[in-house]
Amino acid sequence: MSLTPMSEVPSPPSAPEEAGERLTPIHSAPIPDAAKRPLSLWVENLSVSFDGFKALNDVTLLLEKGELRCLIGPNGAGKTTLMDCITGKTRPTSGSVFLESRLNELTRMTEVQIAGLGIGRKFQRPTVFQGHTVFENCELALKGKKGVFRTLFARLDAPQKKRIAEILELIGLADHAHRPAGLLAHGQKQWLEIGMLLAQDPQVLLIDEPVAGMTHAEAERTAELLKSLAGQHTVVVVEHDMEFIRSIARNVTVLHEGRVLAEGTMAQVQKDPRVIEVYLGE
Amino acid sequence: MLDRLREMHAPRVWAALGVGALLLTFLIPFVAPDYMVPLLGKFLCFGIAALAMDMVWGYAGILSLGHGLFFALGGYAMGMYLMRSIAGEGVYRSELPDFMVFLDWHKLPWYWHGFQNFPFAAVMALVAPGLLALVFGWFAFRSRIRGVYFSIVTQALTYAATLLFFQNATGFGGNNGLTDFKRILGWPLHAAQTRRLLYIASAIALCLTYLLCRFIVTSRLGRVLTAVRDAELKTRFCGYDSTNYKLFVWTLSAMLCGLAGALYVPQVGIINPSEMQPSNSIEMAIWVAVGGRGTLGGALIGAWLVNGGKSWLTAALPAAWLYVFGALFVVVTLFLPRGLVGLLPKILALVPKRTPAAPAPQPGPQT
Repeated sequence: MSLTPMSEVPSPPSAPEEAGERLTPIHSAPIPDAAKRPLSLWVENLSVSFDGFKALNDVTLLLEKGELRCLIGPNGAGKTTLMDCITGKTRPTSGSVFLESRLNELTRMTEVQIAGLGIGRKFQRPTVFQGHTVFENCELALKGKKGVFRTLFARLDAPQKKRIAEILELIGLADHAHRPAGLLAHGQKQWLEIGMLLAQDPQVLLIDEPVAGMTHAEAERTAELLKSLAGQHTVVVVEHDMEFIRSIARNVTVLHEGRVLAEGTMAQVQKDPRVIEVYLGE
Repeated sequence: MLDRLREMHAPRVWAALGVGALLLTFLIPFVAPDYMVPLLGKFLCFGIAALAMDMVWGYAGILSLGHGLFFALGGYAMGMYLMRSIAGEGVYRSELPDFMVFLDWHKLPWYWHGFQNFPFAAVMALVAPGLLALVFGWFAFRSRIRGVYFSIVTQALTYAATLLFFQNATGFGGNNGLTDFKRILGWPLHAAQTRRLLYIASAIALCLTYLLCRFIVTSRLGRVLTAVRDAELKTRFCGYDSTNYKLFVWTLSAMLCGLAGALYVPQVGIINPSEMQPSNSIEMAIWVAVGGRGTLGGALIGAWLVNGGKSWLTAALPAAWLYVFGALFVVVTLFLPRGLVGLLPKILALVPKRTPAAPAPQPGPQT
């Protein structure tokens, strides 16, 4: 597996430069041809201030269809706030977010409308429906009409059941299908949440800290999963685990104090003196 | 269709429930002494209200401390019919209800029109509380008022309504309310036969309410409601508009409470603003808490045990009731978060433990 060498690499923040250079040959995968691919999600001049504190300051971010983008940055850089703005949880002070076309201005929509348009989100802390079984969690996430009276009479049809079974297989929870999700281990909950995203089948997946609390092997599997999702979906991953980022990242955006500090391939970003300074506090 | 029934209950449970429902509806009213029938009928109405309460609180996590208002509104709609249907037979032999004559009113207020008609009154018993709940819920849920804040607002709502209904000028008989009923659909209310029929009607209403609630909680809608209770934001990100879901269950619950109130009033013979008092609504929450939130059976058991205890204690030891009631609530909150029904698995767990304990010594000598 291409992932195996990663485990031998020393933890990045401690030795970013060396690690970066050593990694370059492996990970200098060519950036996808930007000009040819249409944009999926783009953020224009987004600013958010909470009582004068600028959580986001004029952030612009362009995501192509099928891209896998990693968002990194120290604590308080504004990564989660950015996700909150995209999903409608937080209203920005100024700026816009568009999905697919200029007609879909997300900052004027509710969370529900945005979810309906095709943006799925995995939270930082795994958020599953604790009282429901694993299967039911997937059922609830399933793509489809979600009005009150439709759900009153909704039944799972055969393709839907098959889809859920596939997802459970993929996330390794097939044996736990009828256990309450609240009883799962932390890493399993993370996977279930990713599985729910798969069931939702959104255009854009926003994934906040997918490997927190996972073992090394689990994290590797997650990396494989996320990489396989890119292409069909646009995937944005926020993660602190640099090793994980390196194992999946093609393009990386570094946020710092609410601004975009650097953008590029992992190798480029790691060499960027500003990034090194932020991470090492020099 | 058959699948759906099986999802609601296993065949064996269906059979047991069917037998239970038949006994409840058609045996008990003929076996119980006449004086007991209206009391038991009252309990059935409380059962409906408890199911309604459990739907919003147990399943959707919305603690209402104002459900007594919806119950009373249904009761008032029925009371208005009972008053109007005997027009001209009151103490003053007037076309108007007695209290209006007493207040020297000469014209029926506009909102009393139509209530001489039973179907209209019956529909209003559902529509009035439903509409109030819909409007109130729309504002409250849209503004994302939840948790304890929502509970306090509902409490304030029912208190405001109590004050409003206490006023003579409101036109519902002030603090005396509506009483001195004589007949319902031509049947004399004091006859044992009528009371039995009212009991049977309440029992059927309870069974239908149970079926409706069970259908809802075992549907995907029911699962969304519990999901909203457990992680509302997540349901929104999954594409469910939690506001609509809450509004649906909230309005439905208010209508069921209205139904309960409408069946309650002819059996107790009076409806007045004390039914709306905040304490009544809190009592409803306690029934459900004692029985077990989030299980329909628990809500019913809670309503019946608490009310049974109340009927018995208020007769045997009138001064003690409030203390027992308060203590009950404290004990349940502290030690039985899942109510009495939550004890059941624990009790069942004790039973099989004994069975393996018995053969346990046998391998002992073998070693």
